[in-house]
Amino acid sequence: MKKAPTVVTGTVGMDAHVIGTKVLSRALKDAGFNVVALGMQVSPEEFIKVAQETSADAILMSSLYGMAEIDLRGFKEKYMEAGLSDVIFYIGGILGVGRHDFKEDEEKFKKLGFNRVYPPEADIDAAINDLKNDLKAKGKM
Amino acid sequence: MDNIRLLIDFGSTFTKVVAVDLDEEELIATARVPSTVESDITVGLKEALDKIASSIDITDIEKRKALACSSAAGGLRMVCIGFVPEFTSEAANRAALGAGAKVVGRYSYELTRHEITEIENLSPDIVLLSGGTDGGDEKVIIHNARMLAHSNHSVSHIIVAGNKAAYDEIETIFSDNNKHVLFTKNVMPEIGKLDVEPCNKEIREIFLKNIIEAKGIAKAKAIIDDVIMPTPSAVLEAAKLIANGYGDITGLGELIVIDVGGATTDVHSVAKGNPTGGAITLASSLPEPYVKRTVEGDLGLKYNIDTLMELAKERDDSPNLEKVAKKLHEGNLPEDKEEIAYHLLLSRLAAEVAVNRHAGKIEVIYGPTGEILIQYGKDLTQVKYVIGTGGPIVFSSNPREILEGALFQTEKPDILKPKDPRFYLDEEYILYAVGLLGQVEPIKALNIFKKHLKQV
Repeated sequence: MKKAPTVVTGTVGMDAHVIGTKVLSRALKDAGFNVVALGMQVSPEEFIKVAQETSADAILMSSLYGMAEIDLRGFKEKYMEAGLSDVIFYIGGILGVGRHDFKEDEEKFKKLGFNRVYPPEADIDAAINDLKNDLKAKGKM
Repeated sequence: MDNIRLLIDFGSTFTKVVAVDLDEEELIATARVPSTVESDITVGLKEALDKIASSIDITDIEKRKALACSSAAGGLRMVCIGFVPEFTSEAANRAALGAGAKVVGRYSYELTRHEITEIENLSPDIVLLSGGTDGGDEKVIIHNARMLAHSNHSVSHIIVAGNKAAYDEIETIFSDNNKHVLFTKNVMPEIGKLDVEPCNKEIREIFLKNIIEAKGIAKAKAIIDDVIMPTPSAVLEAAKLIANGYGDITGLGELIVIDVGGATTDVHSVAKGNPTGGAITLASSLPEPYVKRTVEGDLGLKYNIDTLMELAKERDDSPNLEKVAKKLHEGNLPEDKEEIAYHLLLSRLAAEVAVNRHAGKIEVIYGPTGEILIQYGKDLTQVKYVIGTGGPIVFSSNPREILEGALFQTEKPDILKPKDPRFYLDEEYILYAVGLLGQVEPIKALNIFKKHLKQV
């Protein structure tokens, strides 16, 4: 049997809305993942370093304060240099300001290097299911 | 007996010699003769030294002890290779520029065979190979090392300054290869962290040990002891010394040096460049170096007049402009009133565009609390000294007009150029000499320079 995949969680940038990532981390643990929960206000660079140290398979970021786009400028370029191109990246929360079309956010964050993007009301179990499928597709689960 | 020191620059067009009296801290003679690197560098050197000797007595010992720099035979030409353009590729570029090199090619991601041919045709003096943070990506740098290993003899000196985890494999790749491969510290060991000093040192060492030999510059050792650095390095050292001061001698503080030349326009800023306006966030890319050099390879008053002419056309669409540009391109100096006016316009543009590219920029984006200002690069709005050097500025009838190209423009408020600087001229064209002398006598170098820094 393969060992449990490692997932890093936290809120990105200066965002302190920590409840979402706590609930998510708990659900991931219950689903059998090895969870490295960084909590709130984690810089993109810290996510990258922790993922390198823990040989993480996925990073799941939360952001509720509408500034994620600014926090994550150049994120894809950074994780590429750091050798994390094979890691799976998800982000969820209130990602845009004054925009009501989630499609716009989704497109923007996919360009920033995220494989999947979730709106604030997303279902946690569905997201974990997506993660399992994506990891299986990469032969990591 | 006077305590005389000779300072020499082997330029691509001119060989320049400056003689200073170290006891009196005075500039006592200067000479400028055409360079003779292509035939025999010592011919021009002897001619320049004879010119100096016609006004002051110099001994062979003083000639021996001369300090020299060189940008002859194309200068120090480098190709920089990294992974992502904004990160290791840019870090490698900064390392090369900081060492006084001319970056003739810049590459990112996995090199293709086509690009290798391109690099072979560029025939660089040194290739700088970077990619990945330490412990980060190994694939790209290893791929690129493999591609370089298959390049022909035009690529001979390679400095590896990337992810250290890949070094063992890269060493194996080059093991049955007769390229000179040197390993040094990663130019970007962590995301957003620059470490260019060790790489700079290696570049300078290769320049001294191999490049000057290959270019025939080392022949000068028949007369003088050594050529110690590339000319742009000497200018950068001078800018640093003048800004920082030395020991008890205070410097001028933060400054910008603009060097308009025949082939390129160089801008050096010695300034922290932190945001000076309120509520401005720094972009999270590579940190800006305190001493920064940029080289605009498309802005020159002789070899690269085309870009300048296109830009000038937007301001003055006269057919005579083209005529004057052609004349300058052929190596002539402006003579009549109209030619001088156009030469001034083109020089001013070179300075303006080069500083626009060098200075930091503000980008406005909209967040939940309204406007958010993000600063890219260095904020130079509070810099108080702008110093001009290089032929087109030094010999201009109106150097201030050219240097004012560095001024903040209200119609371009996003470009962070100096708002209220004073303008100065390196009137005797001795900045390189100050950088050279600064290596051994920094206080004397500073005092001599201050005597020839003229406010315009």
